[in-house]
Amino acid sequence: MTLAEASQQLQARALSAVELTRAHLDAMASRRSLNAFITETPELALERAAEADARRAQGAALGPLDGIPIAIKDLFCTEGVLTTAASHILDGFRPPYESTVTAKLKAQGAVMLGKTNLDEFAMGSSNITSYYGPVKNPWGPVDGKDLVPGGSSGGSAAAVAAGLCLAATGTDTGGSIRQPASFCGIVGIKPTYGRCSRWGIVAFASSLDQAGAMARTVRDAAMLLQGMVGHDPRDSTSAPVPVPDFTAALGQDIRGLKIGIPREYRIEGMAAEIDALWRQGCAWLEDAGATTVEISLPHTRHALPTYYIIAPAEASSNLARYDGVRFGLRVPGASLDEMYQNTRGEGFGAEVRRRILIGTYVLSAGYYDAYYLKAQKVRTLIANDFRDAFRSVDVILTPTAPSDAFAIGERLDDPIMMYLNDVFTVPTSLAGLPGISVPGGLSKRGLPLGLQVIGRPFDEEAVLRIAAVIERCAGFSGQPRG
Amino acid sequence: MSLDPETVRTIAALARLRVAVDQLEPLGKELSAIIGFVEQLQGVDTADVAPMTSVIDLLLPERNDEVTDGNCRDGVLANAPERIDCFYAVPKVVE
Repeated sequence: MTLAEASQQLQARALSAVELTRAHLDAMASRRSLNAFITETPELALERAAEADARRAQGAALGPLDGIPIAIKDLFCTEGVLTTAASHILDGFRPPYESTVTAKLKAQGAVMLGKTNLDEFAMGSSNITSYYGPVKNPWGPVDGKDLVPGGSSGGSAAAVAAGLCLAATGTDTGGSIRQPASFCGIVGIKPTYGRCSRWGIVAFASSLDQAGAMARTVRDAAMLLQGMVGHDPRDSTSAPVPVPDFTAALGQDIRGLKIGIPREYRIEGMAAEIDALWRQGCAWLEDAGATTVEISLPHTRHALPTYYIIAPAEASSNLARYDGVRFGLRVPGASLDEMYQNTRGEGFGAEVRRRILIGTYVLSAGYYDAYYLKAQKVRTLIANDFRDAFRSVDVILTPTAPSDAFAIGERLDDPIMMYLNDVFTVPTSLAGLPGISVPGGLSKRGLPLGLQVIGRPFDEEAVLRIAAVIERCAGFSGQPRG
Repeated sequence: MSLDPETVRTIAALARLRVAVDQLEPLGKELSAIIGFVEQLQGVDTADVAPMTSVIDLLLPERNDEVTDGNCRDGVLANAPERIDCFYAVPKVVE
């Protein structure tokens, strides 16, 4: 069942929110081996579902999300509910407040089923850096090996793909919604930077972090996203711009639209099946009346090194707040300084530690200009590439990730190999643009592969419109086993 | 650029991260590989390019300087690992 169908059935009173919620809680209980959730909130969910049913009985339903069971990435602060960012250092943290995005969803009647697993502090592309253990991709195992769901929103992606919720929130800093969506065969949209408030989302890299929606169809993703966006005075980077009706964009004609195909994304050694899917995507859009145009984004190859300066720099600054004084883990020490060092040394996992150290290094005296300032200049060039390209095209089509899902435990030895997962998604993040991953087909191994559509700032409508055409043409009905 | 154990020790101290002595060298190698990777940016011509300050074209909003929140002391302190009355408790700082 899709979110849109469930919403209709609730409206038609063919189904109650409590029944719908209970069915999802049962599914969650039967698939605990996926490790998709860090915290399940069944009592809270049933309570909110009962409230939704009561509202509907009185003719006071709040809208299309009222009574819809969803999962929340455990990076959103939820009042009174354990919020971990999948880190040991946030042990026992129960926020006394609710993030703006989850507060909006709650106010529209959405039912939170629980908090989903992720890479620690959203730093990763495989969900293996979680303190709470890796998430298994519901499409696995392949050749006896469990697969990663991608990351960092891996728990959300796995939960959506396995039917444990109708949709889930995610966050994306360099590809953390789009890459797991591709690996799990679902739709994931990262809107324009500034569309969603970041207030109450555990910060990783503030100039890149953006919340978004993950669901099984483009329509469902658009419906959830609609409930998440909007200006928030509590986040000075949230954009005071009008919010369109995202679902209205679906099904609209795409004849005459120009689709940019960036030649720099045809990277050396790219798997033939990824290239074939990309060409297939072009063919589908041309059949639907759009025109494909080769474009150049000349600074693409500098995007990953730029990202791996800027993101760790911002992270090292943001993560300075975890000091064992105000919340979370405290590891005692003889002095205040020792207490800080012990707490942080024990509380952060290996990848987070690496990024804090890199960030500290590139921001330290004598290196700031050479690394951080240089990266911010190259970031300008990368954003300019997109700005120039969007003078002649309406959207850009690329693969989402350079491969299908890999096995848990692979690619661990070399952090840089792991970083390459995000080669197609990082440039969009650096430029703050909206991007969606939509399933396009299956790899030779029978695993999902996604296509990415990138749009102009605040033009999520074009992105959704094109994604809906790809979805229809691909006829992707793939279901994970199990 | 390679990060020797002494440099790793210095950065770790700046970041207030306890790193075991036997980890300084292997960690230095890992970090050096990443720094080596990002070093390729030095070859990009950025003369006359302004560093990015905001990714979207928006002016920083202004608001009236008014108190809009507060009186939530207990909420703020609720997650403290250690507290005494309405204060966070930490190891002694002043002898």
